[in-house]
Amino acid sequence: MNQFLPPRQRAVLTALVLFFVAGDWLGQSTQAEYGDVVINNYSDDAGMRPVVFPHWFHRIRYRCKVCHGDLGFEFKAGGNDINMLKIIDGEYCGACHNGEHAWAVENCDVCHSAKPGTPTQVHESTLQKLIAPVDRP
Amino acid sequence: MGLLCVLTLTALASNWQKLAEDGLHDPTNPALKLLQDPTESLSVLPPDSTGNKVDWIRALQNGDIKPRSNILEQLEDEILDLDVLIMAAGSAPIVRFPHKAHTEWLDCSNCHEHLFKSKAGATQFTMLDILQGEYCGTCHGAVSFPLTECNRCHSVDPDEANRIQREMATAKAEADDKQ
Ligand code: HEC
Ligand code: HEC
Ligand code: HEC
Repeated sequence: MNQFLPPRQRAVLTALVLFFVAGDWLGQSTQAEYGDVVINNYSDDAGMRPVVFPHWFHRIRYRCKVCHGDLGFEFKAGGNDINMLKIIDGEYCGACHNGEHAWAVENCDVCHSAKPGTPTQVHESTLQKLIAPVDRP
Repeated sequence: MGLLCVLTLTALASNWQKLAEDGLHDPTNPALKLLQDPTESLSVLPPDSTGNKVDWIRALQNGDIKPRSNILEQLEDEILDLDVLIMAAGSAPIVRFPHKAHTEWLDCSNCHEHLFKSKAGATQFTMLDILQGEYCGTCHGAVSFPLTECNRCHSVDPDEANRIQREMATAKAEADDKQ
């Protein structure tokens, strides 16, 4: 059947088949909320739990453009070089988590809340299901 | 009937995992109890079948949620009510891109000009790019509704597309005449 399709459609078809089959096959051991982002550029190495950013919680309170415009967050998990110094300086998460807009950073474990060793990624994302089975049982 | 209610309730209750049981959060973290479980705030919003199981567009339009538009600058809300049809190659139904639903959440600069050119048909990309997390896939399949929802994007049948394009051409001609 494949030889009847032009190469591009064939590629799309293959990707889609992979996507549905692989998604089921590899099974997801996590059932994190859709859009939860784990950020682990530095945390593990520093002996802290990786950070979980819940999109669902934030988009109830802020439109996408607040963080992805005003505050300069790139649309890419791990693509923002966020570190603790910048946050305390009022950049990135620190623009709000400063005791003014939202609670300040003194309770580390509220953000550093993922299982140790969880890689940077967007949970439940189509891409994750397609190519990157994480933490298989 | 009672059984049906119970079944529906169980189905609803299982929509959102408790944080301590989601396989992502460390259940030994003492601060976990300070965090809100998704069920608390998501179960009261208009339901959807995928993603966060919340129809975010309806939640915003109904006023169920009132997310802020800015923190630092006074970013003006700029809502654009303009649908763009994107002709997919091959036999896939044509895609309708609605500016309105997007500009209620996003600023023009979130997409223009680095993701999409401000000219219908000027941006070249394929479904494969989208599946790899580029173009529409920057957001869809990550935070906005998942890519498995083919027909939410591929929503225009060819007859309707022809009609819409004729209407748009006429409207444009009329607008040009007025000037
Ligand atoms: C977020 C919106 C979106 C979703 C969801 C989506 N598509 Fe697409 N798709 C597009 C756009 C936009 C194009 C047009 C690209 C072009 O031709 O310029 C496209 C193109 C295509 C094409 C044409 C071939 C190609 O490579 O471009 C096929 C086939 C296709 N999609 C199939 C699917 C299937 C099957 C699904 C569901 C699994 C799906 N799409 C989900 C937006 C979407
Ligand atoms: C979520 C991404 C997104 C946002 C936000 C967005 N646009 Fe677009 N825009 C698009 C896409 C996709 C196209 C179609 C591009 C193509 O076909 O190559 C488009 C096309 C356009 C066009 C060309 C329409 C035509 O018929 O030729 C204009 C003008 C435009 N956008 C203006 C705006 C303005 C003004 C805003 C802010 C109020 C805005 N856009 C916000 C994605 C976006
Ligand atoms: C910058 C992020 C972003 C990009 C890029 C983007 N979208 Fe969206 N889109 C959203 C958000 C946010 C929503 C609101 C619903 C949600 O979150 O699921 C949405 C909703 C939609 C809807 C539902 C509209 C409705 O009224 O139900 C469609 C259809 C759609 N997008 C198509 C597209 C297509 C096609 C593209 C690419 C040409 C695209 N989007 C690119 C963020 C984006």
